[in-house]
Amino acid sequence: MWLSAPDIQAILLSTKVATVATLLSLPIGFMCAYILCFHDFRGKILLEGLINLPLTLPPVVIGYLLLLLLGANGALAPLLHMLGIRLIFTWKAAVIASAVVGFPLLVRSIRIGMESIDLHLIHASRTLGATWYDTLASVIAPLCLRGVMAGSSLMFARSLGEFGATIIVAGNIPGLTQTIPLAIYDYAASPQGGQAALLLCVISVIISLAILIFHDAVAGRLIRKD
Amino acid sequence: MQLDLSLKKELPHFRLSAELSYKGRNLGLFGPSGSGKSTLVSLLAGLDTPGDKGHLRLDEQVLFDRNQGINLPPEQRRIALVFQQSALFPHLSVRGNLLYGFKRRPVRDNNIDFDAVIAALGLEALLERGVNNLSGGERQRVAIGRAILSNPRLLLLDEPLSALDDDSKFQIISYLKATCARFNIPYIFISHSLVEMRMMTDSAAVIDNGSITDICSTETLARKLMGRSPVGYINILGLGGMTKRDGLCVYNWNGNELLLSLGNQDTRSGLFELSSKDIILFKKHPEAISARNLLECNVTSCFESGTKLGVELECGNGKLISEIVPDAARELEITAGSVVYAAIKASAFRRLAAAETT
Repeated sequence: MWLSAPDIQAILLSTKVATVATLLSLPIGFMCAYILCFHDFRGKILLEGLINLPLTLPPVVIGYLLLLLLGANGALAPLLHMLGIRLIFTWKAAVIASAVVGFPLLVRSIRIGMESIDLHLIHASRTLGATWYDTLASVIAPLCLRGVMAGSSLMFARSLGEFGATIIVAGNIPGLTQTIPLAIYDYAASPQGGQAALLLCVISVIISLAILIFHDAVAGRLIRKD
Repeated sequence: MQLDLSLKKELPHFRLSAELSYKGRNLGLFGPSGSGKSTLVSLLAGLDTPGDKGHLRLDEQVLFDRNQGINLPPEQRRIALVFQQSALFPHLSVRGNLLYGFKRRPVRDNNIDFDAVIAALGLEALLERGVNNLSGGERQRVAIGRAILSNPRLLLLDEPLSALDDDSKFQIISYLKATCARFNIPYIFISHSLVEMRMMTDSAAVIDNGSITDICSTETLARKLMGRSPVGYINILGLGGMTKRDGLCVYNWNGNELLLSLGNQDTRSGLFELSSKDIILFKKHPEAISARNLLECNVTSCFESGTKLGVELECGNGKLISEIVPDAARELEITAGSVVYAAIKASAFRRLAAAETT
């Protein structure tokens, strides 16, 4: 037995959704981590709670809330209509679902990386003539690269496995919005699907291992040891 | 440097309220840990915002003034810092660290030459290395070079010697003084060590419990503190020309001969400290004593410090401070102009730094 055309499409779509979701979230996640780590302001706890909410909420709930927001009669519907954007039941909705669910993991990892930076380094950089955004680019970003890498891998992996929120906002349309987990779900529900489901499971394991190995290899080279 | 400040800061368990007006080349900021030195440093550099009221002016430029609503960010103040822990950027090479401030210095004042600073600090051989395996002394030299290359108007040296061993400490002191003088950069040297302070600056502001309590010459400060210091007044002696004789090291000190224990035999010349407590005074020449050094000295002046009396002695071209209790001064009739004999044990000297080894 071999992979069917919809299976291959599911694999490609999963990779595409996870990549786009991770790349889109990265700059926003980085800024959120920076704000949470280095600034004190009113409502910080609220922002922190909001960012971490998807970590504790069931993905299905997130999917439903996204549907209320982005759906045909959703709160943002007039805006999306005006801009001519249709999100629901497209692969873009899967990207949004993955981005929201994986976001707290990304922010957490980057924040841990930022918190481990010695404040003296930041102070030294400022007194040597760097503005705050210069310091952010020349000291903070390079020193938390490991956190950024860890967060991105974690988020990418989480996006690959996203099921609950995706099925609600993107549906489960083979060839269009069907990702690996959704395809496995379909196969598992049909009597002859056992082997195909197993094959997709093996593919999932391979992709996950590849991310892990890639992360370890890159993270090890990011720190100067001399 | 002309510094004029009145700064306040409330912290959960600490209150800083410092006022200072100073004009001079360099200044020391002396105080025990927890006295507010680091808080003041942060406020000077603009890394922290002062509380209500107050102002900070450096060479006629207002850096902070609550009333005028002025608070320059650190990058516009051009006050560079050297920390105790060096704070070198671990992701950059030595060259990358040195260039960090150099690339960002204002174009209009371009009188700092990269190669000259590197040469003055002896960093040529380190340039391409990373900073993570440097010794403590090397790290501080890079940190000093990095700060000076940013061409600051003022250099804040925040306990830059505390993490170093004695030998590197005095090596860094000579590098610091020479480089700052060469490139004409005024500095504020912050420390809790009076010996370091005296070697780095001529005047010092004393900070205690969040406020500046005194400003005087470092020599005066050392004499004031002698009475309540457990180590007394520390005489700093430059000894040289060592030869060995009868199981002792013989050094030349300003025309006098000083005998030190054999433990110093690897130091041909260097800096030594001698506490005022370790000098015993005799009115007449004692016939035989166990102390190996006996110097005939003129008393040039006496000063009170706490419950003690400091006696300034002139031995040949050298000066020493000895301390005695007032009672002893009466008995020995010690006044300015009298002649006394100072006895010092060979083991009373402690080496601070070797300038030349055997």
